[in-house]
Amino acid sequence: MSSTRMTPERESSSPLPVPSPLPQLPVASAADATPAPVGAALSPIRDFLSKRGSGTVADNSFATVMLLCACSIFAIVLFIFVILVVHSRLSLIQFGWKFFTRQAWDPVSGDFGALPFIYGTLATSLLALCMAVPLALGVAIFLTELCPRVLRAPISFLTELLAAIPSVVYGLWAVFVLVPLMRDLIGPFLYKILGWTGFFEGTNFGVGLLTASMILAIMILPIISSLTRDIMNAVPNSQREAVLALGATRWEMIRIGVLRNSRIGIVGAIMLGLGRALGETMAVTMVIGNHPDISKSLFAPGYTLASVIANEFSEATGDLYLSALIEIGLALFLVTIVVNAIARLMVWAVTRNAPARVN
Amino acid sequence: MSTQPLSNQPRPMDFESKSMRRNTALRSATNYFVSGLCILATVLVILPLIAILFYLIYKGASSLNLAFFTHIPAPVGEEGGGMANSIVGSGIVLFLASLMGIPIGIAAGVYLAEFGRGKTLATAVRFTADVLNGVPSIVMGISIYSLIVVQQKHFSALAGGVALAIMMVPTITRTTEEMLATVPHAIREAALGLGVPKWRTAISVSLRTASPGIITGCMLAFARVAGETAPLLFTAFGNQFWSFKLSEPIAALPLQIYVYAISPYDEWHRLAWAGSLVLIVLIMVSVTLVRIFANRGVLKGGS
Repeated sequence: MSSTRMTPERESSSPLPVPSPLPQLPVASAADATPAPVGAALSPIRDFLSKRGSGTVADNSFATVMLLCACSIFAIVLFIFVILVVHSRLSLIQFGWKFFTRQAWDPVSGDFGALPFIYGTLATSLLALCMAVPLALGVAIFLTELCPRVLRAPISFLTELLAAIPSVVYGLWAVFVLVPLMRDLIGPFLYKILGWTGFFEGTNFGVGLLTASMILAIMILPIISSLTRDIMNAVPNSQREAVLALGATRWEMIRIGVLRNSRIGIVGAIMLGLGRALGETMAVTMVIGNHPDISKSLFAPGYTLASVIANEFSEATGDLYLSALIEIGLALFLVTIVVNAIARLMVWAVTRNAPARVN
Repeated sequence: MSTQPLSNQPRPMDFESKSMRRNTALRSATNYFVSGLCILATVLVILPLIAILFYLIYKGASSLNLAFFTHIPAPVGEEGGGMANSIVGSGIVLFLASLMGIPIGIAAGVYLAEFGRGKTLATAVRFTADVLNGVPSIVMGISIYSLIVVQQKHFSALAGGVALAIMMVPTITRTTEEMLATVPHAIREAALGLGVPKWRTAISVSLRTASPGIITGCMLAFARVAGETAPLLFTAFGNQFWSFKLSEPIAALPLQIYVYAISPYDEWHRLAWAGSLVLIVLIMVSVTLVRIFANRGVLKGGS
């Protein structure tokens, strides 16, 4: 369609009617574009064709612009890193590496340490993984191996809908539904059953590490399950058939034929979920209780790296306070980059040569 | 063995089949047990989703009224008030973000699919985009705060837009690349064979053919950042009044929901539910509309 629009312009700019060039000629001109100016005076055909060859300038500049845009992604990562380092230098100089092992968090006297936040982040993320991974694997197995074809699309759609709900809405739901549920029902029940372990002690306000882990688990479920599903879909069907032909039951086929082959990718998917959980901010901030404590009890309020930034950044007075918060951000950035990079490599290792997904 | 009469054959087999039968029963029991667990897991995953959607509609719909869409927030203690400024503010910030994020994202995707095939640089870009996608949004927030807000010495809509734009780029790049990869090579070759320059081929042939998928990808990125709160906390900051200036703090729907949700007032909780419902409906409707249009071919690029 566009070419028809272009042709008249070319005709008007060239001294020659278009139909005359032979089919072979454009090819030849593309090959020796440089000698063309010599013959330009001699042949109007050459002249016309060499003008057409000047598209290389446009081509090259277009490619360069696209390349620059692609490189802007490197620039973004580099820029985030540099800016975080520059703005956290006060705290980097003041505390050094000890920043990450100190337990103090006293904005008034300018004493900062990140250990309570690291503990809170790790505890909530790992707990969330413990809850989300079995469920996500179950959903992925169900969707790839067991599910009737009719149900497959709607269930995938529903689980992906979970991913589209904003974090703040999860937080809102958690504050008004999950927290009362934890306070009045799940918490007392857990205390009765597992109180002897010491993990469920102290006053149960409903907000705390456990509630935050639960909402995190719900939020990272879709990413783990959809990635695991893609990875399991990448296992060739012949492998399933081979295991079934040996007389395996369906579960044995899944275990031997599918799960064993995709375990690297599944670990990668779980790590990507971990990366999400580490950096998740709003929902966690709303239900974790926001108290920089290290406590064995899961009912106790905690604090995560991301939620301390969200809560205290805009009211941070003093350069050192701000700088300490930015250093926490820097730590979060580096940790998520490393976790994500490893996870991506693992997922790629499995799905790279996979055939296109059916359905 | 083969000389034995046929009637004797089952005897040695019988001994074997006893343990085999037990084994088979166990195996098939395991099979059913695990299948049941998988189904249970699926139900457990879908339940909270339905619970969340149900609560949103139940709590949100009853609090929606005309004032919600036409009024700015009322002071504490006063009845009424709405989130009109937040809806408009969200729109402005998202428009800014799309203006910056979409062209860069698509261009990077075009590079990956059209120019960088098989190059190490392209692999590195792809990898970095994937990794950048997983960087927490709050990190974007504090970097843009440090870069723009600290320099300008005040929060601004522009800073919010930049933060969201950075979050859109990797998603759009990857979907654009994947969509361009599905365009058959024969179409590109046909265009190139007719003497169309390569840049023109990339724009008029590849991009145009893949445009429904790319638009969907952009909408998904848009929907993802539309609900982001963390990066806006320190960039757009929020505003209780009307504001249209790009250099001033601006209200945004997710920010306002956050403020209302952690407040102690019932009236504000009501507004938070209504706001969440509006936010989700806006996200879902925009995604669905674009999907429908893209499928119908309205946006497929003429002819």
